[in-house]
Amino acid sequence: MFRTLPNYLKVAVCVKRVVDYTVKVRVKDNKVQTANSKMSVNPFDEIAMEEAIQLKEKKMADEVVAITIGSKKAEEVLRTAMALGCDKAMHVVVPEAAEESLESLAVARILQKLHEEIKPDIWVLGKQAVDGDFGCTAQLLAGLLDVPQGTFASKVEVTNQKITVTREVDAGRQVVELSMPCVLAADLRLNTPRFPKLPNIMKARKKPIDTKDVAAFGVDITPRLTTETVTEPAARKAGIKLKTVDEFYDKLHEAKVL
Amino acid sequence: MLRATALSLGKALVVAEMVGGKVSPATLAAITAASKVGPVTVLVAGASAKSEAQVLAKVKSVQNVLAVEAAQYSHGLPEEYAPLIDAVVRANSYTHVLAGTSAFGKNVIPRAAAKQCCMPIPEVTEIKDERTFVRQTYAGNAITTVKSSDKIMYCTLRGTAFPRAEVEGGSAEVVDFAATPAVGKAKFVADQISTSDKPDLATAATVISGGRGMKNGDNFKLLEELATPLRAAVGATRAVVDAGYVPNEMQVGQTGKTVAPNFYLACGISGAIQHVAGMKDSKVIAVVNTDPEAPFFQIADYGIVEDLFKVVPELTKRVKEAAGK
Repeated sequence: MFRTLPNYLKVAVCVKRVVDYTVKVRVKDNKVQTANSKMSVNPFDEIAMEEAIQLKEKKMADEVVAITIGSKKAEEVLRTAMALGCDKAMHVVVPEAAEESLESLAVARILQKLHEEIKPDIWVLGKQAVDGDFGCTAQLLAGLLDVPQGTFASKVEVTNQKITVTREVDAGRQVVELSMPCVLAADLRLNTPRFPKLPNIMKARKKPIDTKDVAAFGVDITPRLTTETVTEPAARKAGIKLKTVDEFYDKLHEAKVL
Repeated sequence: MLRATALSLGKALVVAEMVGGKVSPATLAAITAASKVGPVTVLVAGASAKSEAQVLAKVKSVQNVLAVEAAQYSHGLPEEYAPLIDAVVRANSYTHVLAGTSAFGKNVIPRAAAKQCCMPIPEVTEIKDERTFVRQTYAGNAITTVKSSDKIMYCTLRGTAFPRAEVEGGSAEVVDFAATPAVGKAKFVADQISTSDKPDLATAATVISGGRGMKNGDNFKLLEELATPLRAAVGATRAVVDAGYVPNEMQVGQTGKTVAPNFYLACGISGAIQHVAGMKDSKVIAVVNTDPEAPFFQIADYGIVEDLFKVVPELTKRVKEAAGK
């Protein structure tokens, strides 16, 4: 309704609050201990936000909506999103007890419902969240919406209602052309995310956030995968430090690896 | 133990990935994993699916091969593959849909799962029983066992966690399956493949990796010189890929490739969590680093606090001498 410039695109970007990637988590009582860990924006989502904001700066997009699904505390990632330049923020609030077991499928189904409301031309997600390492929300969303997907994207170009995406694949790169609407999943080398500026952080504090309760979506968020056990990986036994290159070679030779 | 009773037996579909007429190592690992849940059917699609099906029919423990010869599947586009997988699943009621953890598998399997509204289970490292799977989370710092309640389980299998099925000795029946209508929402434009006659990073028995300590891309020649006589693959950390020293497909780590070779030699790599996540299952780990405090030394079997520019050429010399004898 408010989109007076017909060629401009609307971008929705999804952001997750995760344990900071530098934290080495501990496993205790059959659970990953996250209670007092430093939390941050999932690094791939920072890249997704940067791409969305760059599309706006290149005058390709005229509106960027940031979305998070999580407990009340997840609001802080939306403040970051707005400080970076996202225009609107939407928070789907999930009870704290259900947050940890919230699965990609439930997230994708909530986003599918939001698609009807927001009607974005492009969805940008990170390629994986560094906590669960599932890496499948973008694909699930694209599948549910039955729209094309540009996963592991390292370059995105928008021209004439088409998007050309360079994807990082096993043997190099693959270039595909997608029609819109579509779902993109940002890989590491898509861009270098900017830092929010202090005045913008202050301004972002006052911006409104559209808050919705997850119950309003009618999506069953009961996990399909129940966690039976969580353990620490087997520790490697301490190795030895060698003093000279000769010793180093001899030991490796003895171990039959050189 | 697997509950291999008639009642609980699954029916597994493996979505094959072919590379230059050969079955990809990740697919062979997926076939081994699939044989644990029940009889294995392999789906192969693309412009030359019929000849590729003959290759797959010889793979041990494959019972049936479904061949779908149609050009729209040739570049692994998930927009085309997902409806095909779904048509196959509906026709033959599989309980498991599996693929190797590769860029292809990670792209296609969740989209196919969405068609049945199932939750995918990516990067499985162990199958406990038909519904119970082990996978790593938090960059490999936690090992999680999950039980699925879905009607169909869509999984990708980590290639380094399962032995590869033998490519000879099988005699599967090949059946043609009808192609689904082309979707056309995504179009393949080009492949930008780095051609290399060197061993594949994901499957090499020896991997030599360089980190920021390599200082520039040219110095990777030092690693190549050691790698050649060892038939080793050369890997890298995110830092050096980002710096443009080497191409991205050489990245080992949480977001790059996962390797588990017999021997991993790390040169000038500090050992950040994200890198270690991609190689800590290697059998023997050796580390060369000038910094005695580098975290990598904590998981290395053999370490040396020394300049890699001194160590690597010396190792190359010694390896060549030993080979010459």
